[in-house]
Amino acid sequence: MRFSLSPSSPASSPSLFPTARRRPAVPAALLCGVLLVSGCSSAASSSGSGQGGGEPVSGGELTFALASAPTCADPQQAGTNDTIYPARQLVDSLTDQDPETGEIVPWLAESWEVNEDATVYTFTLREGVTFSDGAPVDAEALRRNLDGIQELGPRAPLALSYLTGYQSTEVLDELTAEVTFERPNAQFLQATSTPALGLLSPATLEDDPADRCVTVVGSGPFTLEEYRLNSFVRQVRREDYAWGSSLWDEPEGPARLDRLTFEVIPESGVRTGGLSSQQVDAIGGVAPQDEATLEASGLTLERRANPGLPFSLFPQLERPIPADPRVRQAVSLAIDRQEVVDTVLSESYRPATSSLASTTDLYADQSDLLAHDPAAAEALLEEAGWEEGPDGIRERDGQPLHLDIVWGANFGPNQPSLELIQQQLREVGIDVTLRTVTIAEYNAVREEGDYDYAWSNTTRTDPDILRAAFSAELANLSRVDDPDLEALLNEQNASVDPEVRGPLVERLQRELLEKGYLVPVFELTTVLGLDGDVHDLDFEASSRLQFHDTWRG
Amino acid sequence: MGRYVARRLLQAVLVLWAAYTLSFAVLYLLPGDPVEIMAAGGGEVTEVTEEQLDAVRAEYGLDAPLAEQYLDRLGAALTGDLGTSVQTGERVSAMVAEQLPATLQLTCAGGALALLLGSAVALAGAHTRRPWLRQLLLSLPSVGASAPTFWVGLLLIQLVSFRWGLLPAIGDQGWRSLVLPALTLALPTSAVLAQVFAKSLRDALREPYVETALAKGASRARVTLRHAARNASLPAFTVFGVLVGNLLAGSVVVETVFSRTGVGRITATSVTVQDIPVVQGLVMLGAVAFVLANLLVDLVYPLLDPRVTTGGAVAR
Repeated sequence: MRFSLSPSSPASSPSLFPTARRRPAVPAALLCGVLLVSGCSSAASSSGSGQGGGEPVSGGELTFALASAPTCADPQQAGTNDTIYPARQLVDSLTDQDPETGEIVPWLAESWEVNEDATVYTFTLREGVTFSDGAPVDAEALRRNLDGIQELGPRAPLALSYLTGYQSTEVLDELTAEVTFERPNAQFLQATSTPALGLLSPATLEDDPADRCVTVVGSGPFTLEEYRLNSFVRQVRREDYAWGSSLWDEPEGPARLDRLTFEVIPESGVRTGGLSSQQVDAIGGVAPQDEATLEASGLTLERRANPGLPFSLFPQLERPIPADPRVRQAVSLAIDRQEVVDTVLSESYRPATSSLASTTDLYADQSDLLAHDPAAAEALLEEAGWEEGPDGIRERDGQPLHLDIVWGANFGPNQPSLELIQQQLREVGIDVTLRTVTIAEYNAVREEGDYDYAWSNTTRTDPDILRAAFSAELANLSRVDDPDLEALLNEQNASVDPEVRGPLVERLQRELLEKGYLVPVFELTTVLGLDGDVHDLDFEASSRLQFHDTWRG
Repeated sequence: MGRYVARRLLQAVLVLWAAYTLSFAVLYLLPGDPVEIMAAGGGEVTEVTEEQLDAVRAEYGLDAPLAEQYLDRLGAALTGDLGTSVQTGERVSAMVAEQLPATLQLTCAGGALALLLGSAVALAGAHTRRPWLRQLLLSLPSVGASAPTFWVGLLLIQLVSFRWGLLPAIGDQGWRSLVLPALTLALPTSAVLAQVFAKSLRDALREPYVETALAKGASRARVTLRHAARNASLPAFTVFGVLVGNLLAGSVVVETVFSRTGVGRITATSVTVQDIPVVQGLVMLGAVAFVLANLLVDLVYPLLDPRVTTGGAVAR
């Protein structure tokens, strides 16, 4: 059971506490200095297809500023989006996913077959691909990679989740491998397109996990030159690269940029200023309030909504007040999503229109269930016995209608968004306390269950994120006890056929809203700032970045 | 003198032990679990089982009873083994060694600048005969001490780097990238120094020997610099230890604002993700620096002023 407060957001400004600048007794002052500085790092997630602008040219360098430090250079051990961006460039995946259509297309795997109940996957790899240390990318390498993820365990949280129920990989011939799961696992196909399942050289797999964070060898368009914790990641292109994803402009050729450098600039104002003053060429994590300034100074903004779960309120269904479905409906009806986007965010953001963000596979518009109707909310609360009290807060049997909302600062605009939601709920007579916790505390608070609603989001392209989030056996973010829902969640993971899966996922999205198991508010959006001469910086389907086609000029 | 040194050394060891124990207690009392935080990954809801987590906890010795963990870690720390980071798996001692040079560079530059600024302001304040200028100079330290470091840093970046394009705002390559961070770090420290130094200068200038010197025909400048400043610098020297602490604490903010590597940066990140071994290693590093600075003051002071050792013994 795992909850995550995704430090995966653009524009999260690390909070800098003024350090305790008083000095009482000797080591206490220091200790406080150290312990007080709990900032919130954040990763930017992004996506962005570049503008045109003439003929692409080869050569040149690009420096990209990340909002938080990559924790590791190894894509299989990557967690935050800011870790994934650089790591992504080092590896190829079995498949790629079209960000427009969601279609899974060939990359390292020329073709694949999935059996009826999504338990057996057979991949045929393309010929002639090598890792940058010369080792061949073959069926044996695939087997060792998938087996290796089991050994990494929780160090590879994403990859491990994608391989839930993994049984074995069998090498059928040099280029064909068969991956078997104990139970249906339809999401695995999309997962093969993610960097978490990118293939690494067998030599790298032999290394200690910690060493792999510093030196890692893949078959990707860039190779790692130097990784320095909290500072930079330097990569150079691989000249003989010729096996790109079928989605790219020139899959048969090397990357266009000679060198790619990722710098870490935690302060959002410094990132923006660094871009404007051309100290860096591109930045992630553009804060909503900086967007207008950047555009006014002639810089390019690229944006794409992150797939997965929108920023939402998740009820704690074991608590008495949110346990009442009428209260949950009232909460959703009382929230004016458009106002949140207009007031606190920017034009880059979209109000939520379903349980899934609009860029998620098999997303279905449910905006009819997410209308703003305070009158209907009040009627529902009346019906549930919550009468208007003297100070405007509703009461029942002398108890005030009070909700405790817990949230973490993984995304800059969380606080103003929630403060606005607090006001909106107050208007229908619900009293809200906002409780902020650090990323470190968040898991513990959620495990404890001592709150009414929790605020978070999650990035994932496959709709199976609903099962990961709501299944009683998995994270169960809302503490749902609902066998019908459980059955539906498992059913959608049992077929890779969109014809079969589509209607199931649509029903799920609808049911979750009707039952009030989550109250989605807005879609996290990755916003990048680019210098005018940066082109074709592409968003993957997960709104993460691919630099193969990127060029300057 | 021998007993004096022994007592100071013993105190230093006690302070280190107390810092270690206190930080251990605080870190383990915090809610949250570093292994869970690691496994929570980034933006996705992940499916890691309790057994898989337990395996990692066992690997880091986080499953043992608290007392046992405490003794184990303390024992290891005594032999210089600070453990490994839960987040990156790197050895804490290697991590600190890698990051320390950048921070040393920054804090030394900041310290030197603070010394220069602080004494210049105090001396000018003591020397000037214009009341308004003296007032202005002597109120500067209060302003400097109360301006938040990150705000000063951002302001300098905006003006000097973004608007005028004179110096880089980012990184730690070359001396040019050191100017703004060192200045930001120096300001609050120099303020402390200036306050202490100005006060002791004022006291020293009231001493009879100053009048004697003036009566003998020494110039005001000579009296301030050669006679008063020499005596007044002794009290200022005692705050040296505090300044080292200030500089280290300030580096956390300065390194973040200026996107520099260093001990301060890993402090900020490892506290966020509750990476206990790293945070403890950093607390120890801070404590050692602090203790060494104070020990240095304690040991050098009697050489400068012999009354200290004997006075100390009597006062007890």
